[in-house]
Order: sequence, then C-alpha cells, then structure tokens
Amino acid sequence: CRERRELPCRSSSFETPIKYGRFYCNFIILSQPCPIQFVLSFPPGFPPSCSPSVPLPFTMSHGTTTLAFIFQGGVIAAADTRSSCNGLVACPASQKILPVHSHLVGTTSGTSADCALWKRILARELRLYQLRHGRRLSTAGAAKLLAHMLHPFKGTELCVAATLCGWDGGERPSLYYVCSDGTRLQGELFSVGSGSPYAYSVLDGGVRWGLTVEEATSLARQAVYRATHRDAYSGNCVDVYHITSKGWARRDREDQLQPRFQKSWEAV
Amino acid sequence: IMFATQVHGDNGKMKEYHYTGPVEHRFSPYSFNGGTVLAVAGEDFAIVASDTRLSEGYSIHSRDSPKCYKLTDTTVIGCSGFHGDCLTLTKIIDARLKMYKHSNNKSMTSGAIAAMLSTILYGRRFFPYYVYNIIGGLDEEGRGAVYSFDPVGSYQRDTYKAGGSASAMLQPLLDNQIGFKNMEGVQHLPLSQEKALQLVKDVFISAAERDVYTGDALRICIVTKDGIKEENVPLRKD
Repeated sequence: CRERRELPCRSSSFETPIKYGRFYCNFIILSQPCPIQFVLSFPPGFPPSCSPSVPLPFTMSHGTTTLAFIFQGGVIAAADTRSSCNGLVACPASQKILPVHSHLVGTTSGTSADCALWKRILARELRLYQLRHGRRLSTAGAAKLLAHMLHPFKGTELCVAATLCGWDGGERPSLYYVCSDGTRLQGELFSVGSGSPYAYSVLDGGVRWGLTVEEATSLARQAVYRATHRDAYSGNCVDVYHITSKGWARRDREDQLQPRFQKSWEAV
Repeated sequence: IMFATQVHGDNGKMKEYHYTGPVEHRFSPYSFNGGTVLAVAGEDFAIVASDTRLSEGYSIHSRDSPKCYKLTDTTVIGCSGFHGDCLTLTKIIDARLKMYKHSNNKSMTSGAIAAMLSTILYGRRFFPYYVYNIIGGLDEEGRGAVYSFDPVGSYQRDTYKAGGSASAMLQPLLDNQIGFKNMEGVQHLPLSQEKALQLVKDVFISAAERDVYTGDALRICIVTKDGIKEENVPLRKD
C-alpha cells in the first residue's frame, strides 16, 4: 500500500474541534513565519486581514445562466456553457454543473476558478463526513457546510453563487441556493446569473409539480435558450442534469445553433 | 528600467498620453511582458508553441526568451503574462514534480500536473500569479491532451487553445480550422501531425503581423511517445 506523504504544512497547523480539512500551502511562502494563525491552515495572507489593495491587471470569468427546479420526477439542473472574461469568450464549452457526489450536483455561477475549487473542497469534505459518520450528509447539511466555509471570505472578492441539487437519503429531492455573501435558501425553483431574469420568466410560466421528465427537460432547455438569446454573457450550449433517487444523469449537450432547436421555439 | 505604473493601463497596453491633471502613480507589482502561447492536441501527439519576444511597454527586453518549459518527458507547459511570475511558477512546479517523483517513484501524468497547478494558482487567490498557462502533453493512454488555465486556477481539458497577448486573434482561427466551427458541409478529418505543425506556423506568422507583442521567433515543442522535439522558426522582428 502507498505511504501517506506528510506535507510540511501539516505540522504547522494545530488541532481544532472544527475539522475543515487542510489547504495545500505554497511552499515558497512557508519559509516566512506565519503571521496570522487561522484554525484552517491556509498560507499566510489568505484570506487577507485588510482589504485587497493590489489592483489586478486582468478580469475573471463571470456571467452565466443556471437554473434548477424540483418536480415529481426529481430535480432538473440546467446551465449554459459560456465562460466570458471582460467581453472575450474565454471558453465556449465550459462545465457549469459539477457533480459533487453520486446524489448531489451543484450549478455554479460567479468566478469560475472559485466555483471549481470550492466545489472540489465541498466534495472532499462530504466524502470525509461520509467516512467518519457512515452516512451521507443531506443537501441541507452540504449547503450549511459550504456557506460556513465561505463565511471567512465575506467581503473579499470571492464570488460563488451555487445551487445544490440533491436527493436526500432515498426519500425526497431538495434544492438549496448558497452564495458567497452568506445567503443560504431552500426552495423549489432557482435561477442564478446574469441571464436569470429571462430564465425566471420562462420557468414561472411552465413549472408545475406534475411535469413529466421529458417536459421538464425541454422546459429547462427552453429557459436557458431564451436567456442566452437575450443575455450577452450567456450562450453556446446547454447542459441538463436530472437527479433522481438513483443518482444524477447527464443529458447530451445541445448546441444552440442547431436548427431543430430554433424550430421547436417557433412551434410554441 | 521602466517601473510598471498606471501609465501602462490595466492590460499592459500603453494608455494615451493626455494631460488630465495631477496623476498619482502607484507602484504595481505586476507588469505585462507579452508573448503568445498555443497548444494543439492530436491523436497521439501534442504541440506546444510560443513566440520568443519578451517586451515591456514600448521596449523589447529580449528576442530569445521562449515561453515553453519542459516539465516531464510527456508534458510541456507554456506560460505567458508577467515574466517574473512565469519563472517562479515554473520553479515551483519543478520542485513539486521532484517531490512527487521521490515519494511516489513515478513521474506525474499530464492530468495530475494540471490538477496540481490549479491548486497552486488558487493558493494565491488574493494576490494571483499573473500568468496564462497552457499545458500540452500526452495522457495515460498516449492521446494528446491540452489543459488551459486562467490566472487563478480554473482549468479544463481542450483540443486546442491559444493564450497570451494574441490569443483573441488566434483562437477564432483555431476554432474554424481545427474545430470546424461555423463551417457547413465540410468533412471532419482528424488532425495529422504535419498539418497541425503547418497550421501552427501559419497562425503565428499571422499573429506576428498584427500583434506588436508577438514576433522575433517561434519555438515549437512536439510531444510524442518518442519524446519531445524542438523546432525554431523565425518570425517578423519589427
């Protein structure tokens, strides 16, 4: 079996009742003494104790349309795939819906690096919880955990707005919205991002409890399509995930330019 | 030596010189040294190419400063942006590769290097490395892989990606020629190594025409299962 590698940063942290897990330190910085002793062993200066004063010469990716809603067949989560960076499309095929574990999926909005890394941290913490306690943490618990992990960074430029869509303990679907400014809400329908007003208008007109899976999927696709039509920062393809008691299933990515897509809108 | 001040503006390009009243010049720890990097992945090869011009503002510091760095026998990284951060970042990556080799007795795979680089970059989320990275190499199955990053660690695997000062000019051309985007009735042929190489050379010649920070020479690293081969091609020097 493989040996556990001891990283130098583990010895510099101390025990705490709140075991959030470790953050890998930057090895160049370790040579200096750690000025701020956090319970989470982040590298010094992370998060900064004063407001950030270094103006960044680049902008980070923002702007998106994501949505999620609950219906009789489970939870549907949908998002566009455009990552923009101050007017340039940095990536037309990014993944904004990230699976956290087999029964939990998170949609991401905000800075893509923040969302990707914090989802990874959340997945690690949920797995550790599962190993320590022998059962999977509920969606409500995962939402609380994420909100509490993001709290030390409130006021910094971290920007994460995620909806956690999951199936709890074989019983029922649940949907939580978590934001890096501290918001944590439970609901049955959420849309996040710059294109969310347009998606809301389509969803409010069509979402009912009794939708079939096909109707719900096509409604989600239509909502994202409308938003990408009107919002400059949303576009390219649509990703749809469907979460049931058996776990999450991903639908094929559909390109917005396909004529079949536009025809289905004309028929409505 | 020019200090990096507000005169350079946010993206490194010089702002217009009009007298608008007294201006406070703040020291900026960042500077923009230009350069373009490109990576293309094929069936069994990967190509990482970069120009070799190192500039700052209106001056050229060096005409022979390539931005491709060899990491392992199957992986090459291209870093453009602020040269100081590029050097430090490659030193950190080399150190972490050595540590991994010593404790796990094998070299890091391209995917593992990409994941590690993401956490290294995010570790400096509030004072980032001003580097646009693109990793090109072979994955565990011997297929070409390209991983593109933003300065704070968001990454994903692509087939092709351009980064750096001329990226906005090169990326649409690659989308059309390699991704066959917005073309109708065209056969999607897989990319051969010779065709990819010729495309990379043509694309950089075009970039050197229109981007002032790109030029002088082109360094191409071709990664195959037989190792890494390097090729130098001259570009416009003006």
